Amino acid sequence: MRPSEAGETEGAEVVPPARPRGATALQIAFFLLFVRPFLLLFIGLRVRGGANLPRTDPFVLIANHSSHLDTLSLLSLFPLRRLARIQPVAAADYFERNRVVSWLSRSFFNILPIARRDITAQNDPIRRMVAALRAGRSLILFPEGTRGAANEVGHFHTGIARLATLLPEIAIVPAYLENMGRALPKGQFVPVPIFCEIRVGQPLCPRGNRKEIVVELEEAVRRLREPS
Amino acid sequence: MQEWIASLRPEWRMGLVVLGVLVLASIAVWALRRARSGKDFSELRSRVRAWWVMAGVFFAAIALSPMLSVAFFGLMSFWALKEFITLMRTRPADHGALALAFLAVAVQYVLVGMHWYGMFIIFIPVYMSLLVPIRLVLARETSGFVAAAAQIQWGLMAFVFGLSHMAYTLTSSTWVAAGLNGRASLLFLVFVTEMSDVLQYVWGKTLGRHKIIPSVSPNKTWEGFLGGIGSTVVLSLAIRFLTPFGLGETLLVAAIVAVAGFFGGAVMSAIKRDFGVKDFGSLIPGHGGMLDRVDSLCFAAPVFFHYVNYFHA
Repeated sequence: MRPSEAGETEGAEVVPPARPRGATALQIAFFLLFVRPFLLLFIGLRVRGGANLPRTDPFVLIANHSSHLDTLSLLSLFPLRRLARIQPVAAADYFERNRVVSWLSRSFFNILPIARRDITAQNDPIRRMVAALRAGRSLILFPEGTRGAANEVGHFHTGIARLATLLPEIAIVPAYLENMGRALPKGQFVPVPIFCEIRVGQPLCPRGNRKEIVVELEEAVRRLREPS
Repeated sequence: MQEWIASLRPEWRMGLVVLGVLVLASIAVWALRRARSGKDFSELRSRVRAWWVMAGVFFAAIALSPMLSVAFFGLMSFWALKEFITLMRTRPADHGALALAFLAVAVQYVLVGMHWYGMFIIFIPVYMSLLVPIRLVLARETSGFVAAAAQIQWGLMAFVFGLSHMAYTLTSSTWVAAGLNGRASLLFLVFVTEMSDVLQYVWGKTLGRHKIIPSVSPNKTWEGFLGGIGSTVVLSLAIRFLTPFGLGETLLVAAIVAVAGFFGGAVMSAIKRDFGVKDFGSLIPGHGGMLDRVDSLCFAAPVFFHYVNYFHA
């Protein structure tokens, strides 16, 4: 049995860690003055299907993952005032590896840190996500679990299916990210201005067992990969 | 009125010419829509509208300040190279060399701004052609090495080195010393190239029968080529006031520019075929990407610049 399976629906709500002081204003300034001009003028980001994004929180946005640009560009899809309510789910072992990185991740990206190893009932990632969603915050989630090769859709972990089973009414929005992994691949620090595109699909509320849900969501992202 | 026009600097007189051409084009489109209300002219309309915007931006960019002009052409090269590299089948190992290539855009235009002709003319053909393969070899991936090195270097030559000749035409200090008007010369180059593009298209659409290179571009016909270039050469006489050329030389230079532009367009068509796309991008409504509009200039600009530089500066 997985560590938290027993008390998944009941159990104590995990209180998400508080954001640093002034983080909301800092994040808005960062996106307005740096991220948006950078994506518009340097990357030349194009968005298709932006109308499929829900106007209200909470929902879960899922996408293929190949670059640090992924989170940046997905967050840029939303009006600045909504940023405080949208949390990218991020691996604590990477984005909280030291105090400086942790402060930056929480201030500028409003991450929801989760454990990838040594999972206990207290730090169970799914419960943290459920708690954030119940608190009215939306999540950005990369179900592949790590950054892969550019323009490929890898296999999803089952966590997203557990989440969908626990909160069956929550909308899951699939998105496909093109060329981010070419512009800034894993292990590189200087971005190259290759045109990138986000294609957003229609919101889904997948039903079935975990395997079926995973397959349905994987297929939804993969379909967006094919140029229409 | 005539005296007033004659008293204007050549670049402002050219502004009036372009304004007149655009007004005529808009009236023609309006008349076409009225005469044949059944047909769809939205493509033509958006093209003409884009020409208004492009002409406005271009005149503003070259009129306001020399540094702004250099920055404008730098952005043009940047966007063109960006469109080209996006379509290239890059390997992860190319990352460093690609970053270097984009850095070279900034360096090349700084050299233009410094009027450092000696370095401007060798930086990309000599130093970048060495630096790109050096950076690629440090990435230690041999599979696809030659293709990567060749494509990156060629992109730099066409879209950065080639296009930067427009900026150098505008700002060259040796030209000023020789009594040449850089702005007016650039306007002659751009107007002849673009007029030739449009007239080749018009002649090809109306009379085109015999295709020149059907496997590359079905729209390029002998009728379009000869008619377009012939009429461009004749019309270029009307803007001879922009140039230091005599009558015969104006015809010669216009022909050289138009033919170079034709091949620039044909080469970019071949690249699009190879990459399997219709347009390089979607920057300019009705026209496609930046490269779809400046394709002819990539070839015409260096040829024009070196002609004038050799014979007149």
